[in-house]
Amino acid sequence: MRITVTVDGTKFTDDVEPRQLLVHYLRERLGKVGTVVGCDTSNCGACTVHLDGHSVKSCSVLAVQADGSEVTTIEGLARDGKLHPVQQAFHDNHALQCGFCTPGMIMQSIDLLADDPDPDEQAVREGLEGNLCRCTGYQNIVRAVRDAAARMQGGAGPEAEQVADVRATTGGAQ
Amino acid sequence: MTSTMEPEVGKARLRKEDARLITGRTRWTDNLTLPGLLHMAILRSPMAHARITGIDTSAAKDLPGVLAVLTGADLADEQGSLPCAWPITEDMKSPNAPSIAVDTVNFAGEVVAVVVARSAYEAADALERIDVDYDDLPVVLDMEAAVAEGADLVHADLGTNRSATWVFDSGEAGTGSDVEKAISESEVVIERTYRQQRLIPAFMEPRSVMCDPTGEQLTLWSATQVPHILRFLIAAQLGVPEHKVRVIAPDVGGGFGGKLQVTPEEFLTLLVARRLGKPVKYTETRSESLQSGHHGRDQIQKLTLSARRDGTVTGLKVELLADMGAYLRLVTPGIPILGAFMFNAIYKFPAYRFVCTNVFTNKTPTDAYRGAGRPEATYAIERLMDELAAELGMDPMEVREKNWIKHEEFPFTTVAGLTYDSGNYEAATAKAMELFGYDALRTEQRERRERGDTVQLGIGISTFTEMCGLAPSRVLGSLSYGAGGWEHAAIRMLPTGKVEVVTGSSAHGQGHETAWSQIVADQLGVPFEDIEVIHGDTQSSHKGMDTYGSRSLTVGAMAVIKATDKVKEKAAKVAAHMLEAGEDDVEFSAGSFRVRGAGADAKSVSIQDVALAVFAAHDLPDGVEPNLDSEATFDPENFSFPHGTHLCATEVDTETGQVRIRSYVCVDDIGKVVNPLIVEGQVHGGLVQGIAQALFEEAVHDESGTLTTGTLADYLVPSAADLPSFVTDRTETPSTTNVLGVKGVGEAGTIASTPAVVNAIVDAVRHLGVNDIQMPCTPMRVWQAIQTGQTDAGGLGSEAGGGLGSIDTSGGAQ
Repeated sequence: MRITVTVDGTKFTDDVEPRQLLVHYLRERLGKVGTVVGCDTSNCGACTVHLDGHSVKSCSVLAVQADGSEVTTIEGLARDGKLHPVQQAFHDNHALQCGFCTPGMIMQSIDLLADDPDPDEQAVREGLEGNLCRCTGYQNIVRAVRDAAARMQGGAGPEAEQVADVRATTGGAQ
Repeated sequence: MTSTMEPEVGKARLRKEDARLITGRTRWTDNLTLPGLLHMAILRSPMAHARITGIDTSAAKDLPGVLAVLTGADLADEQGSLPCAWPITEDMKSPNAPSIAVDTVNFAGEVVAVVVARSAYEAADALERIDVDYDDLPVVLDMEAAVAEGADLVHADLGTNRSATWVFDSGEAGTGSDVEKAISESEVVIERTYRQQRLIPAFMEPRSVMCDPTGEQLTLWSATQVPHILRFLIAAQLGVPEHKVRVIAPDVGGGFGGKLQVTPEEFLTLLVARRLGKPVKYTETRSESLQSGHHGRDQIQKLTLSARRDGTVTGLKVELLADMGAYLRLVTPGIPILGAFMFNAIYKFPAYRFVCTNVFTNKTPTDAYRGAGRPEATYAIERLMDELAAELGMDPMEVREKNWIKHEEFPFTTVAGLTYDSGNYEAATAKAMELFGYDALRTEQRERRERGDTVQLGIGISTFTEMCGLAPSRVLGSLSYGAGGWEHAAIRMLPTGKVEVVTGSSAHGQGHETAWSQIVADQLGVPFEDIEVIHGDTQSSHKGMDTYGSRSLTVGAMAVIKATDKVKEKAAKVAAHMLEAGEDDVEFSAGSFRVRGAGADAKSVSIQDVALAVFAAHDLPDGVEPNLDSEATFDPENFSFPHGTHLCATEVDTETGQVRIRSYVCVDDIGKVVNPLIVEGQVHGGLVQGIAQALFEEAVHDESGTLTTGTLADYLVPSAADLPSFVTDRTETPSTTNVLGVKGVGEAGTIASTPAVVNAIVDAVRHLGVNDIQMPCTPMRVWQAIQTGQTDAGGLGSEAGGGLGSIDTSGGAQ
């Protein structure tokens, strides 16, 4: 099947097998290996990306389902040499160790903050329930997400990543 | 400029590693590709014990894109045996361990065939077309049954399921008195049987390996903790000349001991790539990882503690059965033995005996998992101290305090023969009790009991120590370990004054690049940013013993410091020449050489100036080589002994069995700290893995030997929503066995937290007649214990951790 997908701001048209998972399309066809595979039952969330501005586990989406959509991966977050505030907050709060879960964790955190710009600790914990980390014990991840929330002041949700909108509204928070 | 530099060691530096990890630029093995790369997929046995009577690969070979389908028969002549580097006794029984089964499978998950295809999808398709016929053999699963008379055998040719029995007896060793005498003369005897359930390391990055056989050296990329050990063992076991093998551990996504292994998948990828003459990659699925990557723990602990009525302990006897699984992997037999020296913990036992029998079963092999032997020991002794306190009607902290080594008694040689160099249990405990609000919680507990609250409060204590910094080579030698415990490092001074630090200690999330940079910045007086840390490639970092056992800082970083000392020695000769002074007249401080006593304004040459002068080599003193680069190898004289006091308060809902951790406070003493941010992160992550053992995780096999917890829906790695925040703090009693005074922190949280949580749960319901609940303390087990007042509720695990059981087997949810 032929699909056209915009990934991190670049449009791609490809023939794909109907059974191909979005995560495999991203990794193997497009070389977007920043998005990783951590399990085969959609429990770990390491493969989380944004599909039309909302987080999905890209192991649970077929590439053909992304036809005509915009996908943002961890590789498309930084703009103009500046990190996304959530990326920066993960660094600043030591919210990663081995870093394997980090791309998915960051993508899910951004989605969480779009729904709830000022989450309390419990809201962050529940919002990240579908993303597993084996290194950090989550405490610093929770801290990072709340820190990012403060920096973003409710201003940078998924709409900030819409590549059609080049105004990149994340600037103010950096 | 450099003279005003603040010390880097001790600073909460943000990590250098993060930049690539938060932007998706990471080099995981599975991210790598090569021209013409082929993909391997593995067919695994669904049977735990069976004879292979036939394999039909013809339909698989017919599929488009399939280059090869290979079985054990195809590889039998060249696969050798997977290595076991730790023959704990001279008469240890050790079966041949093929990477791919030839005629018999001994655990469900063992490799029976491999497919090599153009793409991973095509390889997976071909797996489904392979037809294997098996004849059932009797399945051995239960350790106690396995060692009984007339038991079915895992390896018939060995004639027994007992691999080895290892004994330490303080009476015989001369480190203490006779334990049987102590027990027979004691006023109080506590006998308990505890079970360490089987766990799975469950690192987030599935293992991946890629082999390129097309160059002069066979190059293997692997998601491993041990690139150097892997290279050596490829040479030793597969007969590839060592100088023709290069191993690279690129970015590795967690290990926790689970990647301290030489795996069937690594050997097979190499053998297959070599046979086809083309690069081949294999990446496991999560299900494969959980099923066939090595597991951890799995012991039955029979314990006898004797004491006087006043609470003074007089003896400890430990009898273990340790499940090896079907084969002995890299250090499988030695894992329970690492615990042998830790059961006595921080307490002054006069008599001690440890006997461990290693047992084969038809299960996935076990091996190192975070803590490796020491969590098992710590759990046992910390649970026993609570039981002793309950028996005597004493406060559990009071019993501990009565028996622990006082701070003025260090160095202290224990009944297990180790010499603890330093420690201050009183200080860590005082700080933890205050942060925790111990007395107020005890008051609340009493009130809740009195009013019969449906939610009961429990307080759990764990005053742990561990031995880490593996290890003095002579000690490893005395334990029959197959290698030394040294570590290697090198410093390369570049002409522009930048520094490359080569370390044999290869990180997989710990933050070595940052910590080593901090240490070298202080040693050489160069900026943190000017230092690059190089590791994980046997071509650039040619020598090493790798990363495990909380050894990187206490062993690896000491090698780094030794290498910087040599750089400074070499530089001093050149600097003296540049300053027109005698070598003995110059001193080095804050990155510069000056004539001693000449004052701050006197002429100085920086180490960077010296590096440039050496590069030019136009004017060096006679006989001085134009090279500042230096290397060093460090072998520790002793282990280091971190300790701490962990306090946990749990609320147990007596109507549902639900456990909630209300507060968790730990005060760890890991000596001097290089980077408090990294230390805090290690403690958090360690705590959670220990808590997960107490509350959530268990690898369960059904009665046919099938792993029923083979996905992350069933093997309950906790999420953020399952956990509390922790209060962590430190006391700082420097280690005396290394120049930095550091002790190591990687395993501390995991070792300490499990008994703290279980003690808290039992403490909450002890008044209801409960004195033990088997781990993991699921709501079902806790509820059952409360309802029946059973002393060991839950029995041996037969259900998936949460009783969820997404894999539908007869042993699933009940």
